[in-house]
Amino acid sequence: MNPVNYLYLAALLFTIGAAGVLVRRNAIIVFMCVELMLNASNLALVTFSRLHGNLDGQIMAFFTMVVAAAEVVVGLAIIVTFFRSRHSASVDDASLMKL
Amino acid sequence: MSTTQSVHNLWTHAAAEPEKIPTPHIEYAQLSPTLIVLGAALVGILIEAFLPRRTRYTAQVLVAVVALASAFAAVLALGMDGYGTTKAQVAAMGAIAVDGPALFLQGTILLVGLVAVFTFAERRLDPTAHGNRVDSFAAQAASVPGGQGERDAVRAGFTTTEVFPIALFAIAGMLVFPAANDLLTLFIALEVFSLPLYILCALSRRNRLMSQEAAVKYFLLGAFSSAFLLFGIALLYGYAGAVDYSSIARVVSNADNATDPALAGTMGNDALLLIGGAMVLMGMLFKVGAVPFHMWTPDVYQGAPTPVTGFMAAATKVAAFGALLRLLYVVLPGLRWDWEPVMWGVAIVTMLGGAIVAITQTDIKRLLAYSSIAHAGFILAGVVATSEDGVSSVLFYLAAYSFVTLGAFAVVTLVRDAGGEATHLSKWAGLGRRSPLVAAVFAVFLLAFAGIPLTSGFTGKFAVFKAAAESGAGALVVVGVISSAIAAFFYIRVIVLMFFQEPKADGPTVAVPSPLTITAIGIGVAVTLVLGLAPQYFLELAGDAGVFVR
Repeated sequence: MNPVNYLYLAALLFTIGAAGVLVRRNAIIVFMCVELMLNASNLALVTFSRLHGNLDGQIMAFFTMVVAAAEVVVGLAIIVTFFRSRHSASVDDASLMKL
Repeated sequence: MSTTQSVHNLWTHAAAEPEKIPTPHIEYAQLSPTLIVLGAALVGILIEAFLPRRTRYTAQVLVAVVALASAFAAVLALGMDGYGTTKAQVAAMGAIAVDGPALFLQGTILLVGLVAVFTFAERRLDPTAHGNRVDSFAAQAASVPGGQGERDAVRAGFTTTEVFPIALFAIAGMLVFPAANDLLTLFIALEVFSLPLYILCALSRRNRLMSQEAAVKYFLLGAFSSAFLLFGIALLYGYAGAVDYSSIARVVSNADNATDPALAGTMGNDALLLIGGAMVLMGMLFKVGAVPFHMWTPDVYQGAPTPVTGFMAAATKVAAFGALLRLLYVVLPGLRWDWEPVMWGVAIVTMLGGAIVAITQTDIKRLLAYSSIAHAGFILAGVVATSEDGVSSVLFYLAAYSFVTLGAFAVVTLVRDAGGEATHLSKWAGLGRRSPLVAAVFAVFLLAFAGIPLTSGFTGKFAVFKAAAESGAGALVVVGVISSAIAAFFYIRVIVLMFFQEPKADGPTVAVPSPLTITAIGIGVAVTLVLGLAPQYFLELAGDAGVFVR
């Protein structure tokens, strides 16, 4: 199969993730959509690596996975403290500060 | 030959001898500032794990201060050695640049970090809780605000001394960010300084709900923007077939068409370059806080603990502008005709947007947040200049601006009432009558923000606008001067409020700080005045440092 198809898939996944961040209201789901965007980037990196025939993209994909894991640690900690003090993880409830 | 091996040979023999990966050659001396800070951060983690609770605070502050001071000394030594000018080079197998802008910004970040650690360590502002001196950070970040767990933690005298290693990790990431010389290092450095900042934002002792809200917003938007940055990086890699800056720049400028015949068929797709470059820029402009990627700034600046806000406002901006400059000047100069109009637009809306919205603000921290957006616009005017003068004026502006910001937020921590910091502007009325010294110091910072002569703000703005005008961006300078005038209005309004209004009966009091905060504010005032009155030496320093290595 033509590897370029994987690029289209990556772009599609990235778009789904970005749209999810913008429309979903639950902080956890928003965060999952961000993870989807990161993974879409990974897919693109690996595909380009295959296209170019060098390893840079695959190495970057590994680093991205580590970063995504670290982000989960920090992100879930923040979202959980947020949830525990409000009993809701909705980003609409985060409205103490307004213009 | 055994049968297993012969079967094995079916698929192993055909493959060519794998290319040997050379052992990386690391220039430890040139990278020592970052390594010192990272090492100290790890020591800080060990201190948290092994030292008894009552000794941790002293140990952590000591480690952080010593590490930042010695890292700064290392930067100075590298600068003296000529790594900023003649011996500028790319270290760590092409991953990190050691050159003038990198060293200048690293020095600035380290000094800013040092002063910020002083404000982090301040323990005299809040009244003692059950006989224990407390700082601006939550007794226990995991406990529910207002719950039994929090009361127990406060009674036991817990303090979050982890903030010092966390801040050191953030500083280490910031040191790498403006020096990153390939896209992978850029992304990792971005995450290394962002993740600790998300945590620091959530750790306020007072107004914990607001602080947690700020952290959630900063985290979600920050992760969103770094996902854009990463996808942009993937596309740029797809375009150039390499992630290091010089290779991408060569492909962009078409210097040697088909560096590698194997890549000739797959690289050089302009759509990938344009979309990828735009997405990477988007990620950077988010960190800088430029309109239209500024939405997080006011909320995060208001909600985060004030020492953290000061640190974030100063150091993040320095690091992010450094990386932005390197990206535009080293990677994408061949694409200048494409990004210049976009950056023009962003600079104009950032200057005007920040200045205009700031007028309506009633909270001092939000006001300073919008003012920081306006300042990001002024700095962008220097970035757009695309000349050596542009680089050095931006470097100077960043150094000047970061100390003013740190000092201003340090003053905000002093003005307090029963609920903690009194950040509503109406409470600042008549502050000049009650405590003339604090009000006068804050007025100096506000005048520097406004760009009044004899302060560092004026010198910085003058340098930036001069560079922009000389490179033909006259219209940008006109917009810049207009928005400076708009911005001056609300800075002066605060000064008038402080000095020419009667203090309210239930007004806030000014806490008497320890020498730590006094030092922080003192350094802020000193830098503001020195860079305003006798800027020549520092302008020359920034001028010498204005050349990127590639």
